Amino acid sequence: MKSEHSIDKKQLWTLFYSNFLLSCCAFGGGFVAISLLKKKYVEELKWLDEDEMLDISAIAQSSPGPILVNASVILGYRIFGVAGALISVLGTILPPMIVISIISFFYDQFRTNPVVATALQVMRAGVAAVIFDVVLKLASNVIKTHRLFYIVLMAAAFIAVCFFSVDAMFVILACLAAGIADVFIDRIRSVNLQKKEEN
Amino acid sequence: MDLLLQLFFSFLQIGLLSVGGGYAAIPLIQEQVVTINKLLTMEQFTDLITIAEMTPGPIAINSATFVGIRLGGLPGMLLCTIGCIIPSFIICLTLAYFYYKYRNFSGVQKVLAALRPAVVALIANAGLSILLLGVFHGGLADIALENFHVIEFLLFAGAFFAIRKWKIGAITAIFGTGVVGTILSFALGLV
Repeated sequence: MKSEHSIDKKQLWTLFYSNFLLSCCAFGGGFVAISLLKKKYVEELKWLDEDEMLDISAIAQSSPGPILVNASVILGYRIFGVAGALISVLGTILPPMIVISIISFFYDQFRTNPVVATALQVMRAGVAAVIFDVVLKLASNVIKTHRLFYIVLMAAAFIAVCFFSVDAMFVILACLAAGIADVFIDRIRSVNLQKKEEN
Repeated sequence: MDLLLQLFFSFLQIGLLSVGGGYAAIPLIQEQVVTINKLLTMEQFTDLITIAEMTPGPIAINSATFVGIRLGGLPGMLLCTIGCIIPSFIICLTLAYFYYKYRNFSGVQKVLAALRPAVVALIANAGLSILLLGVFHGGLADIALENFHVIEFLLFAGAFFAIRKWKIGAITAIFGTGVVGTILSFALGLV
């Protein structure tokens, strides 16, 4: 972990303020935040590869607690061990803490302010654009594996969550089961092949 | 002091039990904060959820901050928020340790590879929901011409184009749409 990168204070600072800024933009739930993290850490900073980011997302989704906080812990740990995890989480939770503390004192004015309402509404379009860009790349990479198994899993998972409102947790567990089955089928196949060769 | 401890343990439980994040956490927070400990009224709780949806950041953290600062001031806010993330922190550090230790084993690789398409689908679904919320101000059921908002759609298309063509960063794209969209909306007299 630590040895893979030459770490300096600058990198820790980058980790902190990237998380701080991303957290300011993370409207609309955990997977919105995940796509922002992917854009920042995989595409812009190139600290992680895409598969690793997706693994981290799956672990973050399956653990208790907010997905963004979970992902920040793992990401921070990956970059700079336990200290990195602390800095990373701090960056993530400070914006909502500051924003909510301020708002909690005059939330009636906040809720009815037309400028705030408009800005929050139109920013969704920007968030959606970032996610579509991320999804396009991720989905094309799944298709590029040329394994029908993965493509079908992706399509089935999308239909399940989008049209049948299946729980994200259930989708992850189902794919986990499919992955384990895949490993076992492989084992059985290779054992059978060996037997044939022996015969 | 009793109240502060009660706040801390309530949010520790929320952090520990809210598997699945986001909206899955709402009933749990309601149970802890409204039903069991009577820290907020149902009306205050509804306000809290409205604010949490309008502001960035995880709902559990937003709630912890809101409840904490209203009932226990600054120490209350810190205790609630820390309580809420302690379980995440410990569990995810442990999982991260095992992930980096075993992820190169071929069996583990294969299992993880089957999870990745699922994550892509979940992100795609989140993207679609937020796009519908932006452009139609609703969900799948609200797709109709009379709900279609041209400005938001153009902002989406413009931001998407800028990301693909000029490779602008995520944060620039989001704040950029916020500024341009707000000015446009006011200039066109839509607000």
